[in-house]
Amino acid sequence: MHAVGTAGPRIDGMEQTMGRTKYTDDMTLPGMLIGRLARSTQAHARIISIDTSAAEALDGVKAVLVGTDLPITYGILPVSQDETALAVGKVRHVGEPIAAVAAIDAETAERAVDLIKATYEPLDTVASIDGALLEDRDLIHGEGKGLNVHRTAALEFGDVDEGLASADHIREDVFYFAGNTHAALELHAALATAEPGGRVTLWSSTQVPHYVHRTLAKVLEMPAGQIRVVAAPVGGGFGGKTDPFSHEIVAAKLAMVTGRPVKFTLTREEVFYAHRGRHPVLMWVKTGFDTEGRITACHFKTFLEGGAFGSYGAASLYYTGALQTSTYQIPNYRFEGVRVFTNKPPCGPKRGHGTPQPRFALECQLDKAAEDLGIDPVAIRLINAVEPNSMTVNHLRITSCALSECIERVAEASGFKEKFENLPAGKGVGIAVGAYMCGAGLPIYFNEMPQSEVQIKVDRGGGVTVFSMATDIGQGSTTMLATVVAEVLGLEPSDIAMVTADTDLTPVDLGSYSSRVTFMGGNAALEAGTAVKDRVFAAVADKLGAPIESLVAQNGRIEDAEEPDTGVSWAEAVALAIASGGPLIESGSYRAPKLAGPYKGAGVGISPAYSYSAAVVEVDCDPDTGIVTVDKVWLAHDIGQSINPLLVEGQIEGGVYMGLGEALFEADDFRGALHRGPSLLDYKMPTSLDMPPVEAILIDSDDPEGPFGAKEVGQGPLLPVIPAVANAIWNALGIRMDQTPFTPDKIVAALRDVARGKPGRFGPKEVPAFEFPPLIMVEPPEGFPTGRIHIEVGVS
Amino acid sequence: MTESILRLTVNGALHTVVTSSHRTLLEVLRKDLDMTGTKHGCDLGECGACTVLVDSKPMLSCITLASQVEGREITTIEGLSDGPFPDELQTAFSELGAAQCGYCTPGMILSSRSLLDTNPDPTTDDINEALAGNLCRCTGYVAIISAVHLAATRTLGRAE
Ligand code: FES
Ligand code: FES
Repeated sequence: MHAVGTAGPRIDGMEQTMGRTKYTDDMTLPGMLIGRLARSTQAHARIISIDTSAAEALDGVKAVLVGTDLPITYGILPVSQDETALAVGKVRHVGEPIAAVAAIDAETAERAVDLIKATYEPLDTVASIDGALLEDRDLIHGEGKGLNVHRTAALEFGDVDEGLASADHIREDVFYFAGNTHAALELHAALATAEPGGRVTLWSSTQVPHYVHRTLAKVLEMPAGQIRVVAAPVGGGFGGKTDPFSHEIVAAKLAMVTGRPVKFTLTREEVFYAHRGRHPVLMWVKTGFDTEGRITACHFKTFLEGGAFGSYGAASLYYTGALQTSTYQIPNYRFEGVRVFTNKPPCGPKRGHGTPQPRFALECQLDKAAEDLGIDPVAIRLINAVEPNSMTVNHLRITSCALSECIERVAEASGFKEKFENLPAGKGVGIAVGAYMCGAGLPIYFNEMPQSEVQIKVDRGGGVTVFSMATDIGQGSTTMLATVVAEVLGLEPSDIAMVTADTDLTPVDLGSYSSRVTFMGGNAALEAGTAVKDRVFAAVADKLGAPIESLVAQNGRIEDAEEPDTGVSWAEAVALAIASGGPLIESGSYRAPKLAGPYKGAGVGISPAYSYSAAVVEVDCDPDTGIVTVDKVWLAHDIGQSINPLLVEGQIEGGVYMGLGEALFEADDFRGALHRGPSLLDYKMPTSLDMPPVEAILIDSDDPEGPFGAKEVGQGPLLPVIPAVANAIWNALGIRMDQTPFTPDKIVAALRDVARGKPGRFGPKEVPAFEFPPLIMVEPPEGFPTGRIHIEVGVS
Repeated sequence: MTESILRLTVNGALHTVVTSSHRTLLEVLRKDLDMTGTKHGCDLGECGACTVLVDSKPMLSCITLASQVEGREITTIEGLSDGPFPDELQTAFSELGAAQCGYCTPGMILSSRSLLDTNPDPTTDDINEALAGNLCRCTGYVAIISAVHLAATRTLGRAE
């Protein structure tokens, strides 16, 4: 392979570094108006009236909208169509959009927003998981009072009671993972135009142009064919730009109403209200072990604080229970979960979507069990690690899996054993693992169509243009697609022209979420590239009188492998193919194999492949101040095969960084239902001074279904980092941090408890007495754990 | 709204701008001069995305009034390259993957430029210190630090 596996720059790298990349907010159109949203000052209230007359009368204001102008509900999931572009009837959190203005400039739009007067009748504010589980509070969704429960789940695989009864050692622990946010550096922005004929175009900083397209069609009541959505280059996403947003819909509507282009750019404060960040999750975990540390059964309860809307929450809930089994052989497993509504900005998917929280709990508990049993933390992970080509008890199909190798390599590279036993007080090392999906196995809207499509058009001069709706959010998907096609055609990635993320021009790719693009988009590109290659080879074989099988595409030529001197240039080969077969336009697609187990909720967690990671973190803690300094992070990642190792390492470093932020600093902090600090000053994230060196170890497990064997890297590497920090703090100070983030006040509090002879631990003590619905009992897969493995043949 | 006439020297060229007097340098660059290479992530002096050089020193253009920098040399990312020829930092950032989403990149590169101008052979600590006001959400700074080292090495003509 000449292109795949080569560490090269992004194909648009120089454009970025020379400041030429045009993000949404960088675009201006003639006659463009500026839009602004008026937002709720109330956490939970009935809207009595919204007076927009003064705003409308202001010079320079072209249009004002309120909720009843866009009354159709939407939401990213078909089961949670619970949002409106602007609040209708009531508001559910501070910062919820209630009205929108388009004006000749930002100053006028802002003044108009200030002139909008809303009057409210307050309702009960629900601001915590406990509060949501009280029966006498006003419902956030629905009328009257009652439990503010959004969704529940209750599943059992195997026999947990029996598994626990057979255990030699049982641990019961409670954990809390604080909510936090993406804080992509680019502020959300959207720019819309409406043509006189009625067509609407929206440019947006979105990760999911396809779903924004669907939403606009629904809410604007227009045929999808009349709407074009373009994802401009996205200045960071991390899951924060994966929902359809109010400002996108409102921009389109205002463009239609005014006949002029309208641009919205949220302020940083507004981005905190748009949110969709990491759910705060309270967890209770009971796990049985045999004397060697093997897990006999696990019972996991999760309580998710969802904020004011559904968003991805129905999926997030199941994700807090789905992937525990993807790393450890858990023979009996029970998962009970509940997601509640509160009057806060809505939570959603952030890097790792619903899995970093339970991963934190599981890995910390495993560490404690190892301590109890006198086993070292590496050994307890190895003895439980899942095997390649096996089924989990909850019906996840595991194919390629280098988890054990990740653990061994990272332990060795870091000198874990030696350090774990010998580092002086205050210093410590911790280890943890994780696994993540290479794309959600099912599309959000169940259908039989491909999840990724790619089209390739080859110009008569040999120029190759790849069309794909895959959206580059910084992860490098555009370069990845170019590399796959270049590999197949014997060209360089920089030879390929890319047209991406445009619903008018590109065939569907569902979007940049669930780490799906390399696996799914990559496979579609591979198929499309192969179709182009097949046609070119047939034409060249004809011309040269050589057998097709002996042809190779390399160095910009199609050559006979036996006689490299005979051959034609790529451009000539293309001309031959067009002359013999007409336009050289081919396509490819990918649809995941059907993998869902036989139960409700089985659609969450399935994936055609899983990436694996293991991390060791070394810390230096100051017991007086409680400050934790991370000295180094080692992270081994089972990538399957790197399409571009430079970009893979970048994702690992970024994932480690984000994990460290969540471990040490980051939390959305509220006073009641009011965000305490919706700014980058108050929301603490790591700076260059906080970032330790990262040693990335790439492990190739060569996935049987991934493109060239590749798997994901965008989300997986974050997962082990957070618990590895907690476990390192234990090794350093002898205290257990069962609640994120591990801020100095918590460290000092736990150390004070130790000094008072109490257990050195910071974290919640109990979970609410919530009655989960009756368990759905699910048989483990046939021949569990090794039976029923089916690997799709024909997927390259 | 009072308007004023500002004379700004941006990337070596003198621009006369008629604009409201309270406009920040960021707004004038992006809106009046359509130089959108300068980014913004907070408009409150918190993220560093809007960094430009004023007389070779990094300044946050979102909290600088345009009128404050009349008569001074303003350099933005568009002016760092010599026409089509990129600055060493721009090349190194691209080569080493120091730009992922690229949104922090203009500010990062300008802060780095200012560092290398005064300290051509910085240590990793020097770089971390100089870039502490520029947030990046994608890279974990690792590739950025390497890119600054690489650009320094090349400028000094040392073996890489
Ligand atoms: S935009 Fe100026 S510091 Fe963030
Ligand atoms: S590259 Fe995305 S913020 Fe730095």
